[in-house]
Amino acid sequence: MHNPQLNKHGELQHLLTLEGLPKAMITRILDTAASFVSVSDREVKKVPLMRGKSVFNLFFENSTRTRTTFEIASKRLSADVINLNISASSASKGESLLDTIDNLAAMHADMFVVRHAQSGAPYLIARHLTETHQQHVRVVNAGDGRHAHPTQGLLDMYTIRHYKKDFSNLTVAIVGDILHSRVARSDIHGLTTLGVPEVRAIGPRTLLPGGLEQMGLRVFNDMNEGLKGVDVIIMLRLQNERMTGALLPSAQEYFKSYGLTPERLALAKPDAIVMHPGPMNRGVEIDSAVADGAQAVILPQVTFGIAVRMAVMSMLAGA
Amino acid sequence: MTTPELDAEKLFQKLEHELKAALAGAPRLALVGIYSGGAWLAERLAKTLDVSTVGYIDVSFYRDDYAKRGLKEEVRPSQIPFEVEGANILLVDDVLYTGRTTRAAINTLFDYGRPGKIMLAALVDRGGRELPIAADFVAATVSLPEQQTLVLQKAGDGRLSLTVDHA
Repeated sequence: MHNPQLNKHGELQHLLTLEGLPKAMITRILDTAASFVSVSDREVKKVPLMRGKSVFNLFFENSTRTRTTFEIASKRLSADVINLNISASSASKGESLLDTIDNLAAMHADMFVVRHAQSGAPYLIARHLTETHQQHVRVVNAGDGRHAHPTQGLLDMYTIRHYKKDFSNLTVAIVGDILHSRVARSDIHGLTTLGVPEVRAIGPRTLLPGGLEQMGLRVFNDMNEGLKGVDVIIMLRLQNERMTGALLPSAQEYFKSYGLTPERLALAKPDAIVMHPGPMNRGVEIDSAVADGAQAVILPQVTFGIAVRMAVMSMLAGA
Repeated sequence: MTTPELDAEKLFQKLEHELKAALAGAPRLALVGIYSGGAWLAERLAKTLDVSTVGYIDVSFYRDDYAKRGLKEEVRPSQIPFEVEGANILLVDDVLYTGRTTRAAINTLFDYGRPGKIMLAALVDRGGRELPIAADFVAATVSLPEQQTLVLQKAGDGRLSLTVDHA
């Protein structure tokens, strides 16, 4: 099947999902990101690559953090950034998604960074741009519904590679609300493609989607069992805002069974790292002692996230 | 095709000799090699010239053909482990051609600080300049037609050689 993210030369055209992205492409993005990490340490934290290009941040769903990291990445590439909080503007006046896109493309946009509550919205935009012969405009998925969050997945892969060097003998546990998590889905595709031999899903039955075993994961409902001997722990946020119905008794109950405490962390390998995509709910999925502890790499994840987004945007804009 | 008239090892010795005489006792001297050929040269020159401040730059983020050609396959992290502000920097490249790489390298350095001075050393100047740039030190000057590329290569034992590729 044709991968809509790649052009006929195999170059990255849009970044919509990590699913189906070749290992060599993911590795190349991570390698390029490594070169951008040092840019942020310099006197001048900018490179001139995207000078004169316009990046439109289209956030149909609120996310201050992700929007900010894309904004910083764009600015460090010297692009002009326009932030549109669509939920509060045209959409509420009744304009359709694709009419909004056409209007912004007519303003000579070069790239759309799209966050949307509906899975597949970035695909729809990318397909529309191709159908209307505007394929020079790039699309980056900044999170769509429960589907994918590819730049978060890539920054998680970058973080793991930074601390563990090699993917080929790791055991990685993803813990918590996998059902509602697009981060988990992108992480699973990234980890599998990069050759991690064992990926575990840990959580209560009500928060684990079906089909995880078919994707090659080992599923655990008992956190203490699941954490034994792992190298990497990816904690997920409990997504209260996406929950409908009574999936959980209470946050306190959840913490008792699935909160990452120092005692539980001790079950993992002594050099295991703890990751979290943020924002964290302290005392719900993670204990403060772990979040602030020596094994947490949650803040480095944020720093690497800028470099990874710079890599993705510069690879798209120049293709 | 290797070029018998362009013996990279001999040219290296010549360049090294020239630099030794010219730069002896220069204050705050730093070598910066441009990936990849210039980096090999800078690494070796740092040893033989006894210069401890050495850095490496990849000019991909500053190239003027990005809009046309995109980001190239392999970008290596630049490493400038010294204070650029006020430093006397010897930029090292293998082959000087259009001057566009040198321009990109100079722009890269200025984003680390304001150097006191930037000089340029190249193993070979092959002519064909498109910018007003000249080397301060060069071991050989040749004239090559546009369809030929001159490439510095490094063997497993570290020996350098120059080859001419035809487009």
